[in-house]
Amino acid sequence: MIRSASAILRKDLRLEARTKESVPAMLLFSVTAFVLFHFGLDRDSLDGELASGVLWVTLLLASVIGVTRLFAAEREQGGIDGLLLSPADRTGLFLAKAAALFVYLALVELVALPAFTLLLLGPGLQPELLLILLLANLGLASVGALVSALASEGRARELVVPLMLLPLLTPLLIAAAGATEPLFSGDGGPEDLGRWLGLLSLYDLVFVLLSVAVFDYLLDD
Amino acid sequence: MTYARGLKPLSIATVVATVVGFALVFFYAPVDADQGFVQKIFYVHVPMAIVALCGFVAGGLMAIKHLRSRDPSWDMRSYVAIHMSIILGLGVLITGAIWAKASWGHWWVWDEPVLVSFLVVFLLYCVYYPLRFSIEDPERQARASSVFAIAAGAFVPINFAAVRLAESFTHPRVLSQTGGDLPGEMRLTFLVCLAAMALLFVTLWKLELTSKHAAMSLKRLRTRLAAAPS
Repeated sequence: MIRSASAILRKDLRLEARTKESVPAMLLFSVTAFVLFHFGLDRDSLDGELASGVLWVTLLLASVIGVTRLFAAEREQGGIDGLLLSPADRTGLFLAKAAALFVYLALVELVALPAFTLLLLGPGLQPELLLILLLANLGLASVGALVSALASEGRARELVVPLMLLPLLTPLLIAAAGATEPLFSGDGGPEDLGRWLGLLSLYDLVFVLLSVAVFDYLLDD
Repeated sequence: MTYARGLKPLSIATVVATVVGFALVFFYAPVDADQGFVQKIFYVHVPMAIVALCGFVAGGLMAIKHLRSRDPSWDMRSYVAIHMSIILGLGVLITGAIWAKASWGHWWVWDEPVLVSFLVVFLLYCVYYPLRFSIEDPERQARASSVFAIAAGAFVPINFAAVRLAESFTHPRVLSQTGGDLPGEMRLTFLVCLAAMALLFVTLWKLELTSKHAAMSLKRLRTRLAAAPS
């Protein structure tokens, strides 16, 4: 299972490296959103709740692009039949897709965060943010892979993905933004960090288990 | 015809429970000292919310049953349960807004975690329709809908926990507004109203199932009639 998963993951990453469909688009979207927020809020620098809200809402919306494209190649060019006919099992497919999304998100954040710091953020970045990003990406990746597989069943993929993904991510946004807010406040250390990280981990755990459990049924022809 | 079984006694029970419930609300339950007459919307709003949430979770359980047994009738049951819960959910949001306006002065109050979580859940379930009807193949439609119903059903409790957590850091809630410490008359009235709402839900669910089943049988018969040599 690990072998087939890593083979599919390598295939996806190579495809992305050659076509450059998702990551550059997500990145461009994030930077554009920061510029829009600058004008929309009419502020030169942000801190505290506003900064963490702008950052997380932007990352969540950017992830919609990646999630919409995640199963696109398989569905549009019939690759999904090949994958389903191969002995690779469904859980492996799910893990590979979630891992691919995780990598995309990490790459996007690698550039989007410095851009955010440069363009909008008042106080500097703190190392705790890495942990929050890690847990949030894990949740985003598992929910994203599930939503992408679900939405790619029908014709209305572009419509269903954002409508389904964003409400599902509300708890993640609450926890991630809540955990990030004290880090961006400039003063004082993170107070409720532990509780928010606990909520994030619980969310990740539930959705990873749930996605693995239902994924078998979804792609079963 | 199996769907229609028991529909008549169920409908009668619903009518009786609703009438008794409303009679209790208006003539038996005391007028709330703090909020006055408006508080009586509580007997519609809260049972509706509880039944809608139970309906969403029940839809998820029926979806599990569908994936396990591959019996399309369980998918239909799950679909109708979610459909009915969405309709009740709209009622919950409207009555909640009226209650909020009357007792707090605003149509929408963001620091009421239950109402906010309910809105998020409602928005999520609204995607059920575009998802379901964008898939043509009936078997895949049933499967994708079931997977959605299960994921969304599991999402309901997490979402409530998260939204409540987001609030409780800033405003600790000592006593929940809709909590258990109601005086006796109010509690009895509330329980009767809850039972009436649950019966109403089950009756409507059965009715809709029956009508969907009848419509499908009719369509099948028409196709056979059209195909038959005249």
